[in-house]
Amino acid sequence: MTPHKTTNGQDPNESANRRSAEPLLPILEAPSTRRTVLKTVGAALGLAAFGEALSPLMVVPENMSIDEFLQQHYKELSDDDKQRIFSRLEAETKERFGAEVKIVDPKPIPGVRFGYAINVSKCNGNGKCMEACNRENNHHRGVDQSYIRVLEMSKGSMDMEHGSTTFDHTVPQDDKFYMPVQCQQCDNPPCVSACPIEATWKEDDGIVVVDYNWCIGCRYCEAACPYHARRFNWEPPEIPAGEVNPNQGYLSNRIRPQGAMEKCHFCLHRTREGRAPACQEACPTGARVFGDLNDPDSDINYVLKNKRVFVLKEELGTKPSFFYYFDS
Amino acid sequence: MANSRTDAVRSYPGFLWWGLGQATNGGLSFYVWMFVLTAISLVGANAWAHQVAEGMILTNMTDHVSWGLYIANFTFCVGLAAGGVMMVIPAYLYDDEDMHKVVIIGEAVAIAAIVMCTLSVMVDLGRPDRFWHLIPVIGRVNWPVSMLTWDVIVLNGYLLINLHIVGYLLYMRYLGRKPNPRWYVPFVFLSILWAISIHTVTAFLYCGLGGRPFWNTALLAPRFLASAFVSGPAFIILVMRILRITTGYSAPPGPARTLIQIIRVSMTINLIMLASELFTLFYTGGAHSASAKYLFFGSHGHFGLVPWIWTAIVCNLVGTALFFMPNALERGSIRIVACVLCIVGIWIEKGMGLIIPGFIPSTLHEIVEYTPSLVEWKVTAGIWAFGFLLLTVLLKLIATVFASEKSGTALERVSE
Repeated sequence: MTPHKTTNGQDPNESANRRSAEPLLPILEAPSTRRTVLKTVGAALGLAAFGEALSPLMVVPENMSIDEFLQQHYKELSDDDKQRIFSRLEAETKERFGAEVKIVDPKPIPGVRFGYAINVSKCNGNGKCMEACNRENNHHRGVDQSYIRVLEMSKGSMDMEHGSTTFDHTVPQDDKFYMPVQCQQCDNPPCVSACPIEATWKEDDGIVVVDYNWCIGCRYCEAACPYHARRFNWEPPEIPAGEVNPNQGYLSNRIRPQGAMEKCHFCLHRTREGRAPACQEACPTGARVFGDLNDPDSDINYVLKNKRVFVLKEELGTKPSFFYYFDS
Repeated sequence: MANSRTDAVRSYPGFLWWGLGQATNGGLSFYVWMFVLTAISLVGANAWAHQVAEGMILTNMTDHVSWGLYIANFTFCVGLAAGGVMMVIPAYLYDDEDMHKVVIIGEAVAIAAIVMCTLSVMVDLGRPDRFWHLIPVIGRVNWPVSMLTWDVIVLNGYLLINLHIVGYLLYMRYLGRKPNPRWYVPFVFLSILWAISIHTVTAFLYCGLGGRPFWNTALLAPRFLASAFVSGPAFIILVMRILRITTGYSAPPGPARTLIQIIRVSMTINLIMLASELFTLFYTGGAHSASAKYLFFGSHGHFGLVPWIWTAIVCNLVGTALFFMPNALERGSIRIVACVLCIVGIWIEKGMGLIIPGFIPSTLHEIVEYTPSLVEWKVTAGIWAFGFLLLTVLLKLIATVFASEKSGTALERVSE
């Protein structure tokens, strides 16, 4: 290798020696000129101002334990981890909402795949399903919403552009029909593909769930969903103690933290134990049919075999497990 | 030789510290500029801190319009970062000597823009405390399926590549040594491909969503690239002008001319693609055009974005016309006005004019409008101010290293 020359032709070793004598951080040993003093003062003031600007963040460590911060993804938790987390969440719910709750984590029933169908001829837009969803699933009362949107559609058109979800007149109107929309539990769910961190996934019984403690709240899934099925927690949830539903599932209706996504989970804390989803139980018209798609004798399979069935936005290839049909 | 090399590596932090010291030296107007930028950044940081503590409810985003100003600004900044490559290509692929002298400015702009992108995504997260879930290995990334995971990877990769190139070249100049092409030329070529990938992946983020017909078009990625190759070079021309006024450093006239030629071609392609998009939307009509109808003409009594998009159209058309004037090739105010107009036009077209109408009407055809809240404006202004702060420091550092090279090595000046 040829000896390296610096621009002014110095011997490289000499310059290397000089360099090694030079301190690693030259400014520390530089004479303290007026400019360095001013800069130091400026930097100190800047840092202080930065700390002050970020001071609202101080509430975050107050509200969050180290365990919560370091909590792993649901699928990496052992049974012991889960028990510890559930107890922590129960204690936090007691502290913040004043309610005694029990958090459980029912597993999918082997061999079962849930499907849901709505009889558009029967639904009259009364909205009982939305109310039941709101109570059952511990929705934040501030926004008073549910996982269901009931579309009031104009007869003679299936175009949602002519539909409305904000109607507040008596129902049913003669020239309208009603179409509730909630998570379609797609077999090819765009929300699951979108999530950058696998915080949402499809369970073996077909239900798409969210790990509310893993979600970072980027809302890409909300942009990806063609059915407007996902909701974001824009603010800390508030529910009066007396209205908190104490029977809670970890992946379903437990009170969701601020800043995370949530969605319809077919009331898995009920349906995996053989009960009906809250919206079906509440429906006074009998428009809702829920059951096991793998059971040939189920009600849902009767509908699929005998009725004129359609799914929403079939052209998108999402393969919903949620169906609509007409009686006549 | 081996000795001096290890020594050189060991004092890289020393070089950075020295550089920071040099880059924060300046006259009164420099300190006023830095003070104002710091102040705006702090206002933004404070607004963000409130948003984290009290919830995203402080923004005007809703479940209907779930992305707003932050993601709009993010999209523009990705373009700015990618646009810097339009200096790298002439310099390295076509061996344009003059461009070679100033190409580092484009790389500095790219670094600052990528940092702004990262910040824009951070402030959009509902749970920034869980940011580590996105880090490969310790988190749990949905790769290769999620386009957002790809975006995080390519953006950070682009940042690292540019930090390496700029850092290496400056450090070699500081040591008074000739940079070894083996240590940076491969990275320069990688950065060319990478620049195109960051903007393509960002477009795929939107156009891959079948449920959003307004975004679901194969033209989105090419449009993003074309507009990036306008906004990036236009921004760099402005930066070079500001450098000439403030530091007296006068770049050769060639590079700016090359950039203007690039802008002429890119902007024309961009406008042709926009026109062909609009033709398809409006001539065919139907549900696919609902968002475009809302954007350009308003829909069902809602007109929130109409003034925005027409401002953008006018800016883009006038800016393009000015770029095509022969005078634009000479130093003067025409090219500056043209650059500003095109930057503003593209910021709107690609930000508020692309992200927001994707959500209006919603997937169930509800119309809920969106205007950014004060908190969102503060945070966005803070991000821009921080970006300018970073860019200023980088450019000062570059200028100092370049200047000290002329009068002996920077190193000797320091050790004297």
